[in-house]
Amino acid sequence: MGRKLLLDKAHIEGIRYYDTYRKNGGYAAAEKALKSMSPDQVTEEVKKSGLRGRGGAGFPTGLKWSFLAKPEGVPRYLVCNADESEPGTFKDRYLMEFIPHLLIEGLLISSFALGAHSTYIYIRGEYAWIPDILEEAINDARKNNWLGKNIQGTGYDLEIYVQRGAGAYICGEETALIESLEGKRGNPRIKPPFPAVKGLWQCPTVVNNVETLAAVVPIINIGGDEYAKYGTGKSTGTKLISACGNINKPGVYEIDMNISVEEFIYSDEYCGGIPNGKRLKACIPGGSSVPILPANLLLKTAKGEQRMMTYESLNDGGFATGSMMGSGGFIVLDEDQCVVRHTMSLARFYHHESCGQCSPCREGTGWMKKVLLNIENGKGKMTDIDLLWDIQRKIEGNTICPLGDAAAWPVAAAIRHFRDEFEWHVTHPEEAQI
Amino acid sequence: MLTTSEKEQIEKEIRQVPVKKAACIEALKIVQDHRRWVSDEGIQDVADILEMSAEEVDSIATFYNLIFRQPVGRHIILLCDSISCYVMGYKELHQQIVQLLGIQYGQTTPDGRFTLLPNPCLGTCDHAPALMVDHDLYRDLKKEELENILAKYT
Ligand SMILES: NC(=O)C1=CN([C@@H]2O[C@H](COP(=O)(O)OP(=O)(O)OC[C@H]3O[C@@H](n4cnc5c(N)ncnc54)[C@H](O)[C@@H]3O)[C@@H](O)[C@H]2O)C=CC1
Ligand SMILES: Cc1cc2nc3c(=O)[nH]c(=O)nc-3n(C[C@H](O)[C@H](O)[C@H](O)COP(=O)(O)O)c2cc1C
Ligand code: SF4
Ligand code: FES
Repeated sequence: MGRKLLLDKAHIEGIRYYDTYRKNGGYAAAEKALKSMSPDQVTEEVKKSGLRGRGGAGFPTGLKWSFLAKPEGVPRYLVCNADESEPGTFKDRYLMEFIPHLLIEGLLISSFALGAHSTYIYIRGEYAWIPDILEEAINDARKNNWLGKNIQGTGYDLEIYVQRGAGAYICGEETALIESLEGKRGNPRIKPPFPAVKGLWQCPTVVNNVETLAAVVPIINIGGDEYAKYGTGKSTGTKLISACGNINKPGVYEIDMNISVEEFIYSDEYCGGIPNGKRLKACIPGGSSVPILPANLLLKTAKGEQRMMTYESLNDGGFATGSMMGSGGFIVLDEDQCVVRHTMSLARFYHHESCGQCSPCREGTGWMKKVLLNIENGKGKMTDIDLLWDIQRKIEGNTICPLGDAAAWPVAAAIRHFRDEFEWHVTHPEEAQI
Repeated sequence: MLTTSEKEQIEKEIRQVPVKKAACIEALKIVQDHRRWVSDEGIQDVADILEMSAEEVDSIATFYNLIFRQPVGRHIILLCDSISCYVMGYKELHQQIVQLLGIQYGQTTPDGRFTLLPNPCLGTCDHAPALMVDHDLYRDLKKEELENILAKYT
């Protein structure tokens, strides 16, 4: 059995509620941090843990916290990114729905470390039933003096606010999220300055993912050094993976980052293999924005080494033969799945969600969608495949935020690894439409 | 004109933010909760209370998928059309729903009961395919179940 740090108590009945959470060791980490550590000591533990941002970019959390500007007399903010909209990703929803106090406790410790007194959870509008769960947890935490004024007699004050989004994938990008929190359109800002210098209301702000902030709780409980013993290399700790698609046991799994992709897909502890004896065709291992990999490159790297469920190994081979850990949305495709159709659905998604600020992204995603729709509907030409390749190259690297890249990469990888399927669609227009 | 209750709710939101404008998205949601969608008049009402131009409020309203600038039905169906649902049978589900309701995406049934909208990933891909009706999530859907589900909404 893999070791667990976040979901170790998820099976306990009633863990969603304060009393049960508290009885099972909840808020012990908060107590330790607030009563026996200084804010800098908390940051130091997070640094030692090697924790990397679980929102997708994998930036070291402790380092980001230490970059937070601290000018006199200016408030600082912590913002929890709960916008989780990356197709194939549902781990943050799971944490908030089933163990909301783990997030609240993580927010409390992290806010304390950063010197923030107002903390925001920005949650996507489609998660309509989750804000009530969070509000209840916040109220219970406040009743028990884990929020509000003079928390547990330590003199530290904190309020947590839940803000609902209104349906926009781009608002998961941290600067777009900040714009939206300020009541505006979610247009990403140019970075730098990073939010750590100029964020919400132009004040220093840290934006972290739900899972990142929850992971701070076990880090304080067991210590950063101990946490870093989980996982391998620069992939320390445990990671939540949202597994879905053609597998026997879809769901959220907490993995110790030292298991192989093969074990994750086929072992009964995790995905349990592919249903109906079908063969594995391909996998998008880190949410819709990362490159798709065919089965051979998924299970083994181009060098012939076993591919592991770590940041480094998933990235081995770069985009030519590798992919990314991304948001941990693990989408498995069996031999009957059509890569062209799925690429089309992704292109349509990115086109719809582009904020429209940069022309390569706005126009390029529209073109890709059109060309892919044509190919899928049996109206494509061979030259369309090269056209698609050219369009994605023109988007990548030429935009304000990475949504443009995220739209380009899946198309590039699909053509790179499954060109024959695109060609088949062009040469078999009638069959392709089914 | 804002009703008294709309006005009270929006003023409560204004008190929680440093500048009035910052309450814009919340104000739009409040108006939508009361009127189901945000008409040009609704935009003007929000603009007036927040001391913004109607154009500015409109540019915010049109940015967000869940703020409706056109009349919608009594119930909103959000059908997930992202990759995991595609893998698990979205196409059949879509065909069935279009057949049952006789409308395409973006349209409202003539009796004003349902508006059908596509929605990116609903974050429940382990139980794909999925859809939402108002605030209710339906998962692991089979097309045969659709008729009974829709019958619950009048
Ligand atoms: N979870 C989800 O639903 C989704 C996740 N993503 C992921 O988002 C990723 C891209 O995110 P970005 O925020 O654009 O990546 P990024 O690399 O620009 O930033 C990562 C984090 O590190 C911080 N940072 C980086 N350099 C810094 C510096 N010098 N000083 C202070 N802070 C610094 C940034 O503020 C940010 O919080 C993609 O890799 C993708 O996997 C994308 C779509 C959806
Ligand atoms: C288009 C786009 C969408 C994003 N959506 C999310 C999201 O839904 N949740 C999230 O945590 N990060 C998302 N990110 C990444 C954030 O910008 C940011 O890196 C993250 O919240 C930082 O938190 P972390 O360091 O804890 O990972 C997105 C980035 C981009 C470019
Ligand atoms: S890359 Fe696309 S989503 Fe990002 S800022 Fe530019 S237009 Fe907007
Ligand atoms: S893809 Fe449909 S719920 Fe995620």
